[in-house]
Amino acid sequence: MTPRRLIVSAAAVVAVGLLACVPLVFGGYGLSLAINLMSYTVLATAWALFSGPTRYVSLATVAFFGIGAYTVAVFGEVFAWPVVLVIALAIGVVLALIVGLSTLRLSGVYFVIFTFGLAELVRQLVTWYEVNVTRTLGRYVFIDVTTAQIYWQLLALAVLVFIAGILIRRSRLGLALRVIGDDETVARHVGIDTTRAKVTLFALSAAFITVTGAVMAPRWTYIDPAIAFNATVSFQVLIMALLGGAHRLYGPVLGVVPLALLFEVLTANFPNHFSILVGAAFMLVVYAVPRGVAGLIEEGRGSLRGPRRGLST
Amino acid sequence: MASITRRMAVALLGGGLVAAGSAAAQDMKSVKIGYAISKTGPNAGGANVTQIPNYQLWVKEVNDKGGLMLSSLKRRVPIEIVEYDDRSNSEEAVRAFERLVTQDKVDLLFPPWGTGLNLAVGPVFNKYGYPQLAFTAVTDRAPDLGKRWPNSFWLLGTSAQYVDALVGLLTKMRADGKINDKIAMVSIADGFGIDLSKAAREGFTKAGFKLAYDKSYPIGTQDMSPLIGEAARSGADSFVAFSYPPDTIALTDQAKIASFAPKVMFLGVGVGFPLYPGRFGANTEGIMSLGGWSRDNKATAEYREKHKAMHKRDPDYWGSQVGYSSLQMLEQAIERVGKIDRPAIIKELQTGTFDTVLGKIKLRDNMLQEGYWLIGQWQDGFYTGVAPARPGAAPVIVPKPAWK
Amino acid sequence: MLTDALIAGLTLGGMYALLAMGLTLQYGVARIMNLSYGELLVSGAFAAHWLFTVAGIAPLAALLLVVPAAFALSWLIYRVLLTPLVRRAPNREALEVDTILATFGLLFVVQGVLLVMFGGAYYSYSFFAVPVHLPGATVAANRLLALGFAVVVGALLYLGLTRTRLGTAIRAVAVDPVAAQLVAIDVRVAAAFAFALGGGLVACGGVLVSMFLTFNANLGVVFTMKALIVVIMGGVGNLLGALIAGLILGLTETFVATWIDPGLTLAATYAIFLVTLLVRPQGLFGIGRR
Repeated sequence: MTPRRLIVSAAAVVAVGLLACVPLVFGGYGLSLAINLMSYTVLATAWALFSGPTRYVSLATVAFFGIGAYTVAVFGEVFAWPVVLVIALAIGVVLALIVGLSTLRLSGVYFVIFTFGLAELVRQLVTWYEVNVTRTLGRYVFIDVTTAQIYWQLLALAVLVFIAGILIRRSRLGLALRVIGDDETVARHVGIDTTRAKVTLFALSAAFITVTGAVMAPRWTYIDPAIAFNATVSFQVLIMALLGGAHRLYGPVLGVVPLALLFEVLTANFPNHFSILVGAAFMLVVYAVPRGVAGLIEEGRGSLRGPRRGLST
Repeated sequence: MASITRRMAVALLGGGLVAAGSAAAQDMKSVKIGYAISKTGPNAGGANVTQIPNYQLWVKEVNDKGGLMLSSLKRRVPIEIVEYDDRSNSEEAVRAFERLVTQDKVDLLFPPWGTGLNLAVGPVFNKYGYPQLAFTAVTDRAPDLGKRWPNSFWLLGTSAQYVDALVGLLTKMRADGKINDKIAMVSIADGFGIDLSKAAREGFTKAGFKLAYDKSYPIGTQDMSPLIGEAARSGADSFVAFSYPPDTIALTDQAKIASFAPKVMFLGVGVGFPLYPGRFGANTEGIMSLGGWSRDNKATAEYREKHKAMHKRDPDYWGSQVGYSSLQMLEQAIERVGKIDRPAIIKELQTGTFDTVLGKIKLRDNMLQEGYWLIGQWQDGFYTGVAPARPGAAPVIVPKPAWK
Repeated sequence: MLTDALIAGLTLGGMYALLAMGLTLQYGVARIMNLSYGELLVSGAFAAHWLFTVAGIAPLAALLLVVPAAFALSWLIYRVLLTPLVRRAPNREALEVDTILATFGLLFVVQGVLLVMFGGAYYSYSFFAVPVHLPGATVAANRLLALGFAVVVGALLYLGLTRTRLGTAIRAVAVDPVAAQLVAIDVRVAAAFAFALGGGLVACGGVLVSMFLTFNANLGVVFTMKALIVVIMGGVGNLLGALIAGLILGLTETFVATWIDPGLTLAATYAIFLVTLLVRPQGLFGIGRR
């Protein structure tokens, strides 16, 4: 380990330790805000895990997130909590594998809209099932999980997603993905099993997203498909990750924190003009910070290597 | 970017500190009431008709009087409002209410719109002990919820109440030989539609009706012609739809286009919206729905005028008057307690009797059990209550007249 | 029953096609992934509503005002907001990401303005809501009108694109902007024109659907996504594809509602869409590009 790497690791451990203390210091709103930040950190980072290196923009985030939440609604009162999380994980991974294998031929915007359609299809099917089979739509989640526990679970997920990101980057898989991101045809020609690489990563990313949905569900008491499969979640994750810079592991966080706080400040102070201001702020960022926050930092360091915003290695 | 973030954090903390400073009771300058409601997103259409106008109207009226009379201070204290937009999102709503309580330190809260969001924020209201007077939520769990969260009040009833009233009406019509025993039913595939249609399915079957057509349709359906076509072909005399405003309008439109005029036409949310008579004029005659309005109640008529004067439109004829009454109940409960003592206010709400536009109200098991209309019908340009049978109930018009 | 479903499906499909044609120009030619597309549609609907209820101008006459206004506005949006992005983008992927982000911001701005002007409540008015009796079926005149517009506008655009100089230039830009420049086509003007034309078309769609759909300020996203699905399914940049994809989706919806279960209509349209893409990854009439 180089000294620099040692310092970074030590700083990371301290940071996680400090973050773990948040519920002890803040209650109520502070903790709620922390949960919001932490959940989007996991979602955006997990999203970028797949979409960053491969350049496949996915809008299926909420399909997995909602499946996680629904798993809790269905099994939450039947099984012990860890078992529920494992079930959610398994369902998410299986679905991701099916989707991953079936969408390999799609590229560009076709993939984007396909994933959006997929999320809506899942929502419609869950609705239809509930309406016609269980005959109740909207499930009540009365599970005794405290807000602090939700936060700690999210923090644990965040740590895991970062560790996963680092491990991938160092592995053959990471290298393979970077080649795919640069040029998929070349990747295939140099003997990379592109299918396997992409599907593995998609499933991993989906696993994190699904579990996040499961962890968040007890906060809402009541879940119906419109709540669980709210498409704005997909968009928000996408925007946060792109704004931060999906080409760096730490990039999405840099989009999550300022955006989530901006949303918070604007809703609080301008409830009736929220949309206009968010939109304006958003466009300002697009024009002023074209390479994402991570890009800005790289520029600041004077390293101009690495191509433009977001979806590139 | 980093410096902007820091400034934001400072702004957030600053807001909290200012709020904390105003808590001392004696020099209380205002009663802070907070709410988060769906100003944007799919819920905004309902929230903007049934809920927000009532909040604005009531606050204006109280402040015009000088505020809430707090006998402990021996003076009136004006209301100050803190409002957020929950963007029709459960997570946003939970956080916004946490923020209202712990950052803005509001004295009281108003509920959000809809069943889902009221349930989502239930734990927050309960944790901090704020009264929750939900008047845009219909849930069969209402009795349990009142027990689980004694601070929560469910004023719009359960689906079973509405269905019982409707079944009662239809059974009588059938006994009088006015309709056959077939019913065509459609419902929107969300909590509201499915809860009601489930209760209705049981209720109708038990009463000996046959469901000749019984389907749900997804939110966002833009063409109602297959549904109306099938309903018309089913041979049913009664058409029952548990629908939302856009579909309610589309169903009416399509029925008119297809010249489908069932003897009983019962539709969901939206029939009581001011938009509806504006859109269909005389064709509303005979159409039934949830809620209702008393023709001869001076208090509600006066309320309607005030609402019109302030918002340039009528209130919704289902939830609005219940909502306004809930605010009057809150006002009276506060003034009887004489200070912002939330446990005492909750106790008063549970046990007291209140004077509202709906008349004298006393809650039982944290629910409004009687005193308002469950089923209404457009009669001669007025959305009049027809069930339950109570003073002022108009006889139902069957069959619904043909489309003009 | 068959003709009933068939005609209902065609009118619904015609509406979808109408909503999607503008986007296929904007995305296929101008290469702008316009997420604020639906907001312009809703703006058109609000304009029609306002003109009808306040000024007493019938929606069909309102078209003459609304469509040119939307054309001008879209031209302006392209020149002021999007040209910088087009200029700085090194490749198509980068432009796509940038325009997704920028138009996402624009979406919020337009929606916010509509909310301030009209609030979040539902709007609806009645115009031309009279039954038209066709052999075997009865449909609403206003819906039939939307179908008619979709067919006529689609045909006119198709002819315009294939038979005129400007149309040929636009098609050239859609196929290969770099090569188009080489043969002395002003790509920026052609793209701006296509984008503005798309804007005019979607506002026209907004005016027409406002006659029979109940709308509010928050409905834009729904239309954007529907249009995107039609465009992608039909194949990007292909007008005929959008028309056919729209009709397929409309027919699917009514057939499923009539014979299977109305609860599955949207599920069926998404399923058809997904299956189409799995079989033909570039859409029904798309040309492969890599």
